[in-house]
Amino acid sequence: MFPRPIQQRSQAAQWIYSIALPLALILWLFPLLGVAVTSVRPASDLAQGNYFGIPSYLAFENYADVFRNTPMLQYIRNSFIVTIPTVIGAVALSLMTGFALAVYRFKANLLIFFMFVAGNFVPFQILMVPVRDMTLNLGLYNTYAGLALFHIAFQTGFCTLFMRNFIKALPFELIEAARVEGVAEWRIFWFIVLPLMRPAIAALSVLIFTFIWNDFFWATVLTTSPDAQPITAGLSSLNGQWVAAWNLVSAGSILAALPPVAMFFLMQKHFIAGLTLGAVK
Amino acid sequence: MSTYWKANQRRLAPWLFLAPGLLMFAVYVIIPIFQSMWISFYDWDGLGEATWVGTANYAEMSSDPNMVTSFKNNIIWLALYLLAVPAGLFIAIFLNQTVTGIRLYKSLFFFPFVISQVVVGLIFSWFYAPGFGLFYKVIEFFTGTGVAILADPDLVTYGIIAAGLWPQIAYVMILYLTGLNNVSPDQVEAARLDGAKGWRMLWYVILPQLRPATFIAVVVTVIGALRSFDLVSIMTAGGPFGSSRVLSYYMYETALSEYGYRMGYGAAIAVVLFAIMMVFISGFIWKMWRDETER
Repeated sequence: MFPRPIQQRSQAAQWIYSIALPLALILWLFPLLGVAVTSVRPASDLAQGNYFGIPSYLAFENYADVFRNTPMLQYIRNSFIVTIPTVIGAVALSLMTGFALAVYRFKANLLIFFMFVAGNFVPFQILMVPVRDMTLNLGLYNTYAGLALFHIAFQTGFCTLFMRNFIKALPFELIEAARVEGVAEWRIFWFIVLPLMRPAIAALSVLIFTFIWNDFFWATVLTTSPDAQPITAGLSSLNGQWVAAWNLVSAGSILAALPPVAMFFLMQKHFIAGLTLGAVK
Repeated sequence: MSTYWKANQRRLAPWLFLAPGLLMFAVYVIIPIFQSMWISFYDWDGLGEATWVGTANYAEMSSDPNMVTSFKNNIIWLALYLLAVPAGLFIAIFLNQTVTGIRLYKSLFFFPFVISQVVVGLIFSWFYAPGFGLFYKVIEFFTGTGVAILADPDLVTYGIIAAGLWPQIAYVMILYLTGLNNVSPDQVEAARLDGAKGWRMLWYVILPQLRPATFIAVVVTVIGALRSFDLVSIMTAGGPFGSSRVLSYYMYETALSEYGYRMGYGAAIAVVLFAIMMVFISGFIWKMWRDETER
C-alpha cells in the first residue's frame, strides 16, 4: 500500500493525521459550507453586514421565498423531465451499439467505435449552430423533446465506449455456447448479455443523470423560457434578477445541487465505478 | 426471407443493433460538425438568406483582437488546469489510508465534482465578492486593500480557473484513488525492502503503475479546459471588457447574443476551437487504437 499506512507510523504522526484530515476537509468544502450557511441567513443579517457570523436565526423563509416568487419548482420539474428520458434513451441505445461493437467482428468495427469516442470529446460549439437550427426547424425549440433528443444522441457516444468495454470483458464463451445451440442473435442479446449488464446500467444511469442535470450550455442554447428551461439555466437567469440577494442565490444553488448530490450518495459505488472506468488496467 | 435471414443473421445483426444509436449520433453530432464547417464560409444571421463569403470570416478572425484575448486565455486555462493532475494525486495520496470514516471523507472530498458548474460559479462569485466576499476579506486582512478579482481584467481569468480547478481536482483525485487501490502491494513491499521511500518510491514504483489513471486524468483535464464555458458565462459573462473570454464563450457570444446573430463568424470560431481540440483528440484516439490492436 502506498503511502505507508499511518498505523505503522509514530504516535505523533497519527495524531497529526487525525487532526489534518477534518481540517483539510473543512478548508476544501469551505466555499460550499459558506453558501449552505448563507442560504439560511436572514436578509436582515446581510443588510447589517453579518456575512460570516452565526445567522441570527435559521431563515428557512429564504427557501420558501425562492419557491413562492420564482418558477423554481417548474425548473426542477423541467430538469427531471429532460433528464430521466435522456438516461433511459442513452442507456438503451448504447446497450445495443455496445453489444454490436463488442461481440461482432466486421470491417468498420473499430472505425465506428472510435467515431463514437471522438465525437464524445468535440467542443459543443462546433455542433451549436446546426443543432439549434435543426431543433428550430423540427419545431422542438424550447421543448423538453428538443433538449432530450440532443442529449440522448450526444451521450450515446460516451455510453457506447462504456458498454462496449464492459461487454468485451464478459466471458465470450457464453455467447459462443449459445450460438452452438442455435440461439438467435437478438435472444443472445436479450437473455444472455442483458442480465449481466445490471452493474453497467446502474453506473451509467447515475453518471448520465448527473451530467445532464448539470448541463448548462445546451439548456441555454435550446431553451429560452421557464416552460422548458432546466434548473441550471433557470438559476442563471434568476441570478441576474437577484442582484446581490445572496441568501436567495445560495438557497437556489443548494436546491439545484441537491438531486445530483443525493444521487451520488445513494449510488456512490456505481457512480465511482462508472467514472473511473479505464483508470485501472 | 427466413432462410436468407438464417444464413446471414450474424452478418446483419451488428448493423441492426447499431442502426438507432448510429443514426442519432450521425444526425446530432457527426453531420453538424461538417455543417458548421460549411456555415463558416457564409455570412448568415440564422434566419434570412446566407451569403457565401469564402474565407472572409477566417480573414476577419486573424485581425480580431477578441480572438487574441480568447486564444490567450484558452492557453492559460489549459496550462493552469493541468495543475489539477498533481493536485488530485496529492489529495489522493493524502486520503489513501484506512482510518475510521475515511470512506465518508473520500466522498465528501469528491463533492465539488457532483455539483453543477453553474452552482460552482455562483459559489465562487460569492467567495470573491468585493466588499464582503471571504477571499476579498482575507486579501484585505493581509495587504490592507481587498482585490475585486472578477472586476480586474488582469486577474479575472485566474479567478475563474481557480473555481474550475476545484471540481476538476476532485475528479482527478477519484481517478487516482481508484488507481492507488490497484497498485500491486508486492511491488511496493519489494521496493520498500530495497530501501525506496517517499519521492523515489512515488516516482519509480507508484507512478508507473498509475499510468492508466494519469492518461485519463490528462485527457479529461485537457478536454475540460478547452470546453470551459459554464464558469465564464456565470461568473463574468466574458467581462470585464471581454477580458475573460475564451474561444467557446466568444463563439457563443458572436453567434447567439445581443452582439448580433453572426452564425457564420461563430461557426468559423467553432471550427478553430474544433481544430485545436482535434489535435488532442487524435492523440488520445491514436493511443487507444494502439492498445486495441495490440491485444
